[in-house]
Amino acid sequence: MPAPSKPTATSTVTSDDRPVASALSRWTSLSRVVRREAAIGWLFVLPALLMYALFVLLPLLLSIQYSFLRWDGIGPMTWVGLKNYATVLDDPDLLGTIFNAFKLVIFFSFIPVTLGLVVASVIHRVATGRLGAIARTVLFLPQVIPLVAAGIIWGWLLALPGLINQILRAVGLETFARAWLGDFDWALPAVGLIGVWVLLGFCTVLLLTGITKIDPSLYESARIDGAGWFTEFVNITIPLLKQEIGVCLTVTVIAALAAFDIVYVSTAGGPGNSTAVPGIQIYILAFTEQRIGLASALAVMLMVLVLVVILPIQYLSRESTP
Amino acid sequence: MNKKSVLWSLASLLVLTSMLLSACGASATTAAPAATEAPATDAPTEAATEPPVATEAPTEPAASAGPSCGTDPVVLKASFETGFDIPFKLAEEFTKQYPNVTWDIQQDQFTNLINSTPRLLSGDNPPDLLRLPTMVTFAEQGLLMNLDDYATAFGWDEWPVPQLNQNRVAEDGSRGSGALYAMGLNYSLTGIYYNKELAAQIGMTESPKTVAEFEELLAKAKDAGLLPIMQWGSAKSGMGLAFPLQNLMAAYGPVEPINDWIFQKPGATIDTPTNLIAAQHLEQWIKNGYFPPDINAIEYTDANARFNQGEGVFLFNGDWQNAGHDTAMAGNVGFFLMPPAEAGGAPAAMSAPLTYGIAANAKNADCAAFFLNWVGTNDEARTINVNIGGSNPGGPLGATIPPAAAGSITNETLAAGPVVGEAGTSMDFIANATSAIFAQGWTPELQKMVGGQQDAAGLLKAVQEEYLRQLEQ
Repeated sequence: MPAPSKPTATSTVTSDDRPVASALSRWTSLSRVVRREAAIGWLFVLPALLMYALFVLLPLLLSIQYSFLRWDGIGPMTWVGLKNYATVLDDPDLLGTIFNAFKLVIFFSFIPVTLGLVVASVIHRVATGRLGAIARTVLFLPQVIPLVAAGIIWGWLLALPGLINQILRAVGLETFARAWLGDFDWALPAVGLIGVWVLLGFCTVLLLTGITKIDPSLYESARIDGAGWFTEFVNITIPLLKQEIGVCLTVTVIAALAAFDIVYVSTAGGPGNSTAVPGIQIYILAFTEQRIGLASALAVMLMVLVLVVILPIQYLSRESTP
Repeated sequence: MNKKSVLWSLASLLVLTSMLLSACGASATTAAPAATEAPATDAPTEAATEPPVATEAPTEPAASAGPSCGTDPVVLKASFETGFDIPFKLAEEFTKQYPNVTWDIQQDQFTNLINSTPRLLSGDNPPDLLRLPTMVTFAEQGLLMNLDDYATAFGWDEWPVPQLNQNRVAEDGSRGSGALYAMGLNYSLTGIYYNKELAAQIGMTESPKTVAEFEELLAKAKDAGLLPIMQWGSAKSGMGLAFPLQNLMAAYGPVEPINDWIFQKPGATIDTPTNLIAAQHLEQWIKNGYFPPDINAIEYTDANARFNQGEGVFLFNGDWQNAGHDTAMAGNVGFFLMPPAEAGGAPAAMSAPLTYGIAANAKNADCAAFFLNWVGTNDEARTINVNIGGSNPGGPLGATIPPAAAGSITNETLAAGPVVGEAGTSMDFIANATSAIFAQGWTPELQKMVGGQQDAAGLLKAVQEEYLRQLEQ
């Protein structure tokens, strides 16, 4: 975006005998124009801003307020200070959900971004034209399918009589067949797999767009120097995609830490608490247990946690752009 | 690009967190779908908002001078549960008999009722009659009408005591005694369903008389390469092993302490010596492979579908599922109550009313109460209740229960009802003790037991701790 031209006092100095005053008046008139433009700008933004304030900022502030209260959602509110936060930190079940969320980061974030990089660079190199378009579309499809429907379908696929186990049995791997979503060791990776399926397309398409913007002459000169695919990938593609990778990581890490829909539809947190994530606990605490205060405290902590994880990613992906 | 990526991430961050937060900020309320709620059946419900045209001449209004619907036009505002035909059919029949009464019905899924009911009740125009997803909180918050006066007027006080007791809430918030806040449209019963063909294969000629006999049958089924018990256990439906567990508890110990625990009587505990024996039996059943290996991933509807298709000799469930079994395995399904530990003992069963209440500010409370009385006393209503609901219609002492269609499993479940009634061994569900005890207590702990991560003693201890934690708030 081009920076708006700034009115500067120096440019207004003239041969007038009262240069300073004139410059000042000129400056204020210019600034009036700018201010008017700004006011018009604000007018345009106002409707969106109002909605944003009403449906995003207000609930956010209210949640922070609720997190200091004991409240069942209907009756009187009691101020309890930081007790709800202490409860979250004290309760191993609640704390456990946060650990589960970090395990999900591996599946929702690291795998899709890594795999997305590889797939994008392969598509860019091999499958240009129609084949590339088809590959992009197929990979992006999961983004279009409602997550609830996807969760239900994956539930069928991963069930004991489901397709995945049928395939395993067909190729003689029946010892691996199991109820993936009902197994204590495998439920979380299975949920993670659904996340990979959903987010791989998003990352691939975003990274592919980034790759197409890289100057082809860089690759050409690398090839003249005898660089192979891997060298190109490590020395050109990855460094120049830093910002796109940053965006992918940001979006997917948030998807992992704030996961709700995929988990709720596929396992609802079970078996035991092996796939319970903060989103599920917040929902149960608020709507089933009617502990609005505790639920809000967990939600606020989740938000802080997301910020703590996301800000370094933002910082690193922004720094020292060539 | 820098700005873009920051903006993008901030935008998504804010949207996501605010979604979570605003979800929590919304005024929320009670209760998970607990075990008494038969997860929604597939039966489509009619849009019953349109009152059927009266074809018959009006019968006389209420008996004598008691509360009634009068003769002036009345529009009963109602909130029903989607997925169950029974209230809609009853409403239709009621209008046939009392044409001055028409209905304004809104319906929703049970899980949505949990969220919407407090707002409905506290609003300006609350429903006269409503399906209650839970009761205690609404009663305590003064949102529900105390039905004691109607109970006196209609003589409900003389109906069999257990029918009404589950709908009473005491001053201290415990259930089982105190003022009446709801009536049951009908009374469901749970027990053990069996596949007659498979049962014959393992030599079962009559229903087992003791737990030991039942366990013999389970072992035989296992030896014959059959799945002994089909049951659901996914956290999405709630853990179905709560059914056999509670049945075992009632087989090895008295039902009163179990009901006390469910009704939140002071000092009640689930961690008792007889309950430990029950939990140990269940643990042994799991270890013996009597349940499907994938039980932790099986949902309620899948378990029923697989049982109907011939997987599993036995299934612990309730009579709300009767119509489904009748359709899918007509003539091949049988029912018996969980046998007692000792021969000659009384069998026990979980049994719960389909609770309907009246809003504290209802405009047509008299008419709604008259309807509730009519459901229990009118022959046509009782017939509809049996044929469509599959459950006991309750009602006055000594009222005959209309027979179900010949060959229906409902005849067997109805016959079992009085056995429990006379023995006084009916229980509410351990999953209903608090609004979240099922989601946060029984389900995860029983799933852990299936996964070998929890034993019988640990299960009861963990659930009791969770129970106390939830009561403490």
